[in-house]
Amino acid sequence: MVEIRWHGRGGQGVVTAAKVLAAAALAQNKHIQAFPEYGPERRGAPVQAFTRIDDDPIKLFSHVTSPHIVVVLDRTLVGKIPFTKGLVGDGTVIVNCRHSAQHLRDEIGLSHGKVFAVDATTIANETMGRPITNTPMLGALIKATAILSIDAIEEELRTLFGPKLSPKALQANIDALRRAHEEVHGE
Amino acid sequence: MAIRVAYTGNGACAQAMRQVEPHMVAAYPITPQTEVVEEFAKFVADGKVKTKFLPVESEHSAMSACIGGVAAGGRVMTTTASQGLAYMWEMLYIASGLRLPIVMGVANRALSAPINIHGDHSDTMGARDSGWVQLYCKTVQEVYDTLIQAVRIAEHDEVRLPVMVCYDGFSVSHSLMDLEVLAEEQVKGFVGRFTPRYPLLDIANPVTYGPLALYDFYFEYRRQQVEAMATAERAVREIAEEYASLSGRRYSAVEAYRLDNAEVALVSLGSTASTIEYAVDRLRDEGVAAGALRIRTFRPFPKDAIREALEPLKAVAVMDRSESLSGWGGPVGIEVKAAFYETEARPLLLDVVYGLGGRDVGVDDVREVFGELKKATDAGKMSDPVYYLSLRE
Repeated sequence: MVEIRWHGRGGQGVVTAAKVLAAAALAQNKHIQAFPEYGPERRGAPVQAFTRIDDDPIKLFSHVTSPHIVVVLDRTLVGKIPFTKGLVGDGTVIVNCRHSAQHLRDEIGLSHGKVFAVDATTIANETMGRPITNTPMLGALIKATAILSIDAIEEELRTLFGPKLSPKALQANIDALRRAHEEVHGE
Repeated sequence: MAIRVAYTGNGACAQAMRQVEPHMVAAYPITPQTEVVEEFAKFVADGKVKTKFLPVESEHSAMSACIGGVAAGGRVMTTTASQGLAYMWEMLYIASGLRLPIVMGVANRALSAPINIHGDHSDTMGARDSGWVQLYCKTVQEVYDTLIQAVRIAEHDEVRLPVMVCYDGFSVSHSLMDLEVLAEEQVKGFVGRFTPRYPLLDIANPVTYGPLALYDFYFEYRRQQVEAMATAERAVREIAEEYASLSGRRYSAVEAYRLDNAEVALVSLGSTASTIEYAVDRLRDEGVAAGALRIRTFRPFPKDAIREALEPLKAVAVMDRSESLSGWGGPVGIEVKAAFYETEARPLLLDVVYGLGGRDVGVDDVREVFGELKKATDAGKMSDPVYYLSLRE
């Protein structure tokens, strides 16, 4: 079982990211679970969501407290939220961050695991015209962990958002996904 | 052929309702409602169902409208949660007293005050004695399967009681999970056509609903509900068998998990049972003789099956996600204890109050409870009748 914890702020699409990944995994015949931690929901407040992916049916219904993967959609959470808490020894942290992965590791003071950085806000602004960082962070997650193929995520975005978004907006999301997949770097 | 999809618990509830396609759904679509009503209203608006959707001005009115709908001769459903269920309170008893087979999905959530929206069984436990059958779901899959079976249980000729399909707020209601669904014609075939009994709209045969019955007959009415609830135990079993042959998924009133050769076990309702099973597997790997029992039907209360399953054990913890303020635990613990009053051999019983207001319960918490059971078996007694899990004190 892979356990993923997503951190971001209300309005950035944290919950959607958790669900898109789960739905894409289901399409690959995996068993899945995705749910948000509901607090006093307000735009801009820190929020978290969880995704579990397994070959067997998911039995846990508790929050993810020992994640294999942590994804941080908002760079202003660095230093504010202890998002690496409980990260397993060989876990992976992927952060929306302007700096290098090495700089990020020092900043968050993480001595284990793998650290990846991607400037998802810039990518989102340049592709979609809005700082909604969930699709670029999905692209970065796929590159950093290879838990699914980037094509599987793209396919899921088309399935989920094809009927809802204009062709242009859908393509902008896919561009963001692909560009972050290219640009993310780790150490 | 099984169709695999992903829905939240609320989504699964709405999909099952769509496939059943009742004549009417009445609901009050505002917090603390669930997303079920929102989704179902969309099915109605999109012409996917012919159901009459009746948005009313309160939960009290929602249940009143359901009562009127079934009495008139229709198959009706609604959903609610926490305060909404509390506000339906007086109408719950009217639905069961009039023996109207309403099916209601309930996303279990805490009751105010203080204001809280999270998973907790206080809402439906408060309606324990209201004469409704109560089925508690463990997973999103079960929400779907149980709602379909609930239609048949409620409408069973010898039951004719309303049914609550209870599922944990957020951990199931808002959790996206994979499940298998049936084809719509399979569901329609399974639930069959609704057969009204004494419908008000049968004007050739006029009847009275809600008559005055004082000390002359009221008592007999309530006694008949007891009989109907006892019969529901058989109906739940038979309908589950029939559903198993349709779906391949088999359900029972209680579900034992690795109880063979177990010495200690946890008893629970809802999704926590799944987390407990996960922990039991780990503990078994470590050589602990751990097991679990899940109560699926709380009304009717399967006391014989519970006794039989737990009798050989050394110590048992009953997990209660609500408080009865009796000073010795929550309603599940008290009823399980009562079930053992007449037996000679009984395990040590600990009531564990947990997860109130949505406080998370993880594998380590479950381990902690098994740790308490170990202490009790070593000492040969419980040091305290109630254990508050993950509580600041």
